Amino acid sequence: MSEPLLSVEGLVVDYQLPRGQLRRALDDVSFNVLAGQTVGLVGESGSGKSTIARAIVGLAPITAGTVTLGGGAAAAPRQSVQMVFQDPYSSLDPTKTIGYSVAEPLRVHHGRELGAQEVRARTEQMLESVGIQASAAKLYPAQFSGGQRQRIAIARALIVKPKLVICDEALSALDLSVQAQIINLLVQLRETHGISYLFISHDLSVVEMLCDEVVVLYRGRIAETGPARAVSNRPRHPYTRGLVAAVPEIDPVARAASRATRERLRKPVAPAPPLEDSCQYRHRCVFATEQCEQSRPALRLTDGPTLVACHRYEEVARDLDEKAESEIPAMTPQS
Amino acid sequence: MAEPQDISAVGFGEDLGQGVALIPAPSGGLHQLVPDAGDVYATSSGWRLAWREYASNKLALIALALLILVVLFCFVGPIFYHSNQTLSNPLDQTQPPSAAHLLGTDENGFDELGRLMLGGQSALEIGAYASLVAIVIGTLYGAIAGLVGGVLDAVLMRFVDVLLSIPFLIVVLVLATKYSGTVLDISLVLGIFSWLVPSRLVRGEVLTLRTRDFVIAAQTMGANRRRVIFRHLIPNAMSVTIVNITFLIADSILALALLGFIGFGLQFPNTSWGDMLGNAQTYVTNGEWWLVYPVGGLLVIVVLCFNIIGDALRDAVDVRLRRR
Repeated sequence: MSEPLLSVEGLVVDYQLPRGQLRRALDDVSFNVLAGQTVGLVGESGSGKSTIARAIVGLAPITAGTVTLGGGAAAAPRQSVQMVFQDPYSSLDPTKTIGYSVAEPLRVHHGRELGAQEVRARTEQMLESVGIQASAAKLYPAQFSGGQRQRIAIARALIVKPKLVICDEALSALDLSVQAQIINLLVQLRETHGISYLFISHDLSVVEMLCDEVVVLYRGRIAETGPARAVSNRPRHPYTRGLVAAVPEIDPVARAASRATRERLRKPVAPAPPLEDSCQYRHRCVFATEQCEQSRPALRLTDGPTLVACHRYEEVARDLDEKAESEIPAMTPQS
Repeated sequence: MAEPQDISAVGFGEDLGQGVALIPAPSGGLHQLVPDAGDVYATSSGWRLAWREYASNKLALIALALLILVVLFCFVGPIFYHSNQTLSNPLDQTQPPSAAHLLGTDENGFDELGRLMLGGQSALEIGAYASLVAIVIGTLYGAIAGLVGGVLDAVLMRFVDVLLSIPFLIVVLVLATKYSGTVLDISLVLGIFSWLVPSRLVRGEVLTLRTRDFVIAAQTMGANRRRVIFRHLIPNAMSVTIVNITFLIADSILALALLGFIGFGLQFPNTSWGDMLGNAQTYVTNGEWWLVYPVGGLLVIVVLCFNIIGDALRDAVDVRLRRR
């Protein structure tokens, strides 16, 4: 396999809290993004998804570990990695026309060699390729809908032909039908421009659809990682189990199974203990034992193509699968 | 707003549980591929909304109209109303209003109406220049402190605190005695001492702006600090600074009047309303009202106008903020 486009190795990020305290936002996170691949980062709020994005673009302080760009991206990192933000209402400067905003990366990176004419031509072409009329370039962000603004933000990210685009919750602020449009747009742009995405989301169903690989984060550590389909079809980590079971289902059988899984995983909420050398999920895990308290589970290969950081994933999987199967018929009397 | 969508591009697969599903993208030109984003609806831009809000304030409109009249009076007036303002004429001393001198003459025999125009010119010019100096220094200073943050911010802002604790008029007085004279001198002296408040305001604004995604977006795309400050932070803090400019002008005009009143203002042949008031105070008890009330009234009107306009601008700009 060729050199990865982005290689994150043992990344540790600490945030400074008031009075000299440190908060570990990321703890020993490693993953790769290959050229043309889409990698999903999944996890709840505070799990460190956005911190990874910020560390990659150099906006978060890296305590240990490395972020390496390869595949020709290292020469111009600022140009090769672009970002699409969550909130399209705040990611575009309200005092600038969208034409200006879209052209800005071009001006930053090629301001000298490109004339005004060329910049304008490329901006209009880029706007059209995300479905915005070129004539709208002179309008301000306030004149667009959320979905349109997100397209504009995507155009801004793509105009310098990046190798990697980080989408930080790029769909969460949009309603479902607009989400679908933007997903289609991202997929089509991936095919025409050959870019890779690092797709940050808390929505597993979107990640499964869009991503080749997925990394599940919990409290700054990787809980599980592997091919997206394998992770969401057969999650091994109890946390991923919970995440998958939390995806809304329309099919009643599947819904009952999800509910059964959620019931099985339910545990009274306990305050999160310090991370230390123990499993970061132990206080919420119904399967936690002494071992989970005393040692930190390493990422290890499962029987499938995924890696999981859980001491007891075999038993967990067996237990949950049995439970789910035994409870489904009882809960769906019509079938 | 109904948004026409190209439904064909938004496929819903059999597995509805996934919420949305993809259909494979057909091959072909990009333009056919991409679902149309829908029409762009022309809505009012922020500035137009701000103007509408401003115009709904009757008092502010009157203040603006009055101010325009005063500006015309001071700068265009002398073209139509000729008066000698350089050679004193002892024969014409303190004449009451007459056909030759519509507002009478002062103790040097200068025409009072023409002198009002002359004093107004210096007041408005100094107000404009001083506020410009103050806003430029204050905006840059505040933006840099706010964006860079940390130790530099702390040092810069403590420096502002120290300067703010110095009674500014005393320093201005000392400086004015050294450099007094031209309009530019006084503008610089006043401007250099009034950038402190705008710098605090801009810093506060930048502190909130710098966490906004569009500023972070500019940083991630590789924009340098200069670009972030001049292209994004300052234009977005403009609403705050524009409002502040009007107050700065009013303050500078008052400060100039005060300097003139106590005799440290502009030098002859320039004059300010403060000089005129200062000279007139000895005559007011003699019943020479034309030397006191017109200039005093004009000063109050101009300062009041600027303050009303500033208040109304603050409300109007708020509408723009809500709009975002």
